Amino acid sequence: MPSVVSRSPNQLNRKTVQGKNIMTSGSLIAALYVFVLAAFLGYQVISRVPPLLHTPLMSATNAISGISLVGSIVIAGEHHTVASILGFIAVACATTNVVGGFMITDRMLRMFRKKETVLDRSKASGNGKV
Amino acid sequence: MDYTQYFIEFTYLAASILFILGLKGLSHPETAKRGMHLAEFGMLMAIIGTLLSREIVSYEWIVAGLVIGGALGGAMAYWVPMTAMPQRTALSHAFGAFAAALVGIAEYYNYTHNIKPVGDLTHLKMGAMGFEVMLGALTTTGSLMAFAKLQGMVRGTPLTYRGQNIFNMALLATTVGLFVYLIFVPTAGVAFYVMLALAFLFGILLVLPIGAADMPVVMSLLNSYAGLAAAATGFVLSNNVLIIAGTLDGFSGFILSILMCRAMNRSMTNVLFGAFGSAAAQAASDGQEGAMREVSLEDVAVQLAYANQVIFVPGYGMATAQAQHIVRELADILEKRGVSVKYAIHPVAGRMPGHMNVLLAEANVPYSSLYELEQINPDFPSTDVAVVIGANDVVNPDARDNPKSPIAGMPILEVDRARSVVVLKRGKGKGFSGLENPLFYKPVTGMLYGDAKDSLTKLVQAVQHV
Repeated sequence: MPSVVSRSPNQLNRKTVQGKNIMTSGSLIAALYVFVLAAFLGYQVISRVPPLLHTPLMSATNAISGISLVGSIVIAGEHHTVASILGFIAVACATTNVVGGFMITDRMLRMFRKKETVLDRSKASGNGKV
Repeated sequence: MDYTQYFIEFTYLAASILFILGLKGLSHPETAKRGMHLAEFGMLMAIIGTLLSREIVSYEWIVAGLVIGGALGGAMAYWVPMTAMPQRTALSHAFGAFAAALVGIAEYYNYTHNIKPVGDLTHLKMGAMGFEVMLGALTTTGSLMAFAKLQGMVRGTPLTYRGQNIFNMALLATTVGLFVYLIFVPTAGVAFYVMLALAFLFGILLVLPIGAADMPVVMSLLNSYAGLAAAATGFVLSNNVLIIAGTLDGFSGFILSILMCRAMNRSMTNVLFGAFGSAAAQAASDGQEGAMREVSLEDVAVQLAYANQVIFVPGYGMATAQAQHIVRELADILEKRGVSVKYAIHPVAGRMPGHMNVLLAEANVPYSSLYELEQINPDFPSTDVAVVIGANDVVNPDARDNPKSPIAGMPILEVDRARSVVVLKRGKGKGFSGLENPLFYKPVTGMLYGDAKDSLTKLVQAVQHV
């Protein structure tokens, strides 16, 4: 790849770093707000999940935190060998979690059935049972 | 910001909202599937948005990673049996944490090798990055250790040695010390990589002394760490969706680990550093009076067939024997005879939160038949037969009656209040914690020895002939 091509995104990269990515105390405070509010929200939402679904919950949150893929992709895509290779491994790991996590959560949730929906069992339950 | 940048930020915002809605859906089995589809869609949006990012100059590594990860994840999701769910979850904690750690390492490498201006490596940024790498590294090896224990590659019993806690504490203190030093001197590369190595080591040593029966707590805790490591990545990259998703994961794990500790009436410190189930537990197992009463298969079959209400109490033994399908078969036959069948699920039964529920759901047991501890305990006195399948500590009456017992105060399923109890047990040995279980010596209790799946298969036949 010609050096000109790989240089110009670097310049852009530098610009974003200075424009946005550099951590100032202001952006840290903003990030802390997001963190604390997400924590409160998470507490509210997750404490409503019944023990019945705790295993799917764990695999679902696992898949969701695979969003670190977003960070890994950028690093793997920057044109620096060492960082790219580290990023590549990170992308593979995070993708495994995203794909595997969501697929397995779906698979588990499909198994949870209410009594009425299972045909052969609804016959069996007609014997004076609730 | 140009329009692409706006679009990317928009996908992140949408993803954050969809993740929260997705988790909200998990509050009920009916809405859970739709919720997960929302979360999946959110993830897809965020990934597409990121791929448009102009910081990306080449796609080879990205595509390679996506393909390999997708294939690996898909294969795992497709072939892993439900009984191996704890192992798979432990492995995915390791993957998630490792990804977070690698991002941190790559960023640090970029700053210290003049790829990104070293001046941007502020103290604050170093703090977030150090936290991310430290937590990510120790969660990676800790989860791999948990995986090895669950898979049976490493003995499940706690591994202890003299001065273990002191050594671990010293190791942790050194790691944190290096972390603090790095915040003040961000360019100290040696300190960074030594901290990384120590954190990897600490993860292994942290899980080594924890017994397999305590795995539900450890799993939840590692879940929490993996999430927090992802959140720290968000701080490093100033990316809000990462912070939100990581925090949700972190808090979910945190809440679960508190619930699990409460279900065992133990503190987090005790679980982590108590090495429960090793030598200490033997002290309390005083000599039991009386003998265990063995019952015959035919007797149990008759008891079950003429019962009004039967409660099954599954434990990890059901998972190892893969007996969930045959349990449901037995339940079907009993229900056809007019017996009311319920399942009592203890929060820490099995090796991860909700383990038993998933296994029984896999065997087609409707979730309306699964009862939690508080719901089912009042039912035991009016129950004719309680069938304990490979559960031990969660039905140990010592927890309620003997204040000196190591598990005193742990809420239990009060099967001993049932009119009769049948315990399916592999052998006469003690349970995982090494504790004597007085339930087995009670007059109401009959022991049915043998592999749970085997015994249940025979029971199914015997009940049909009653």
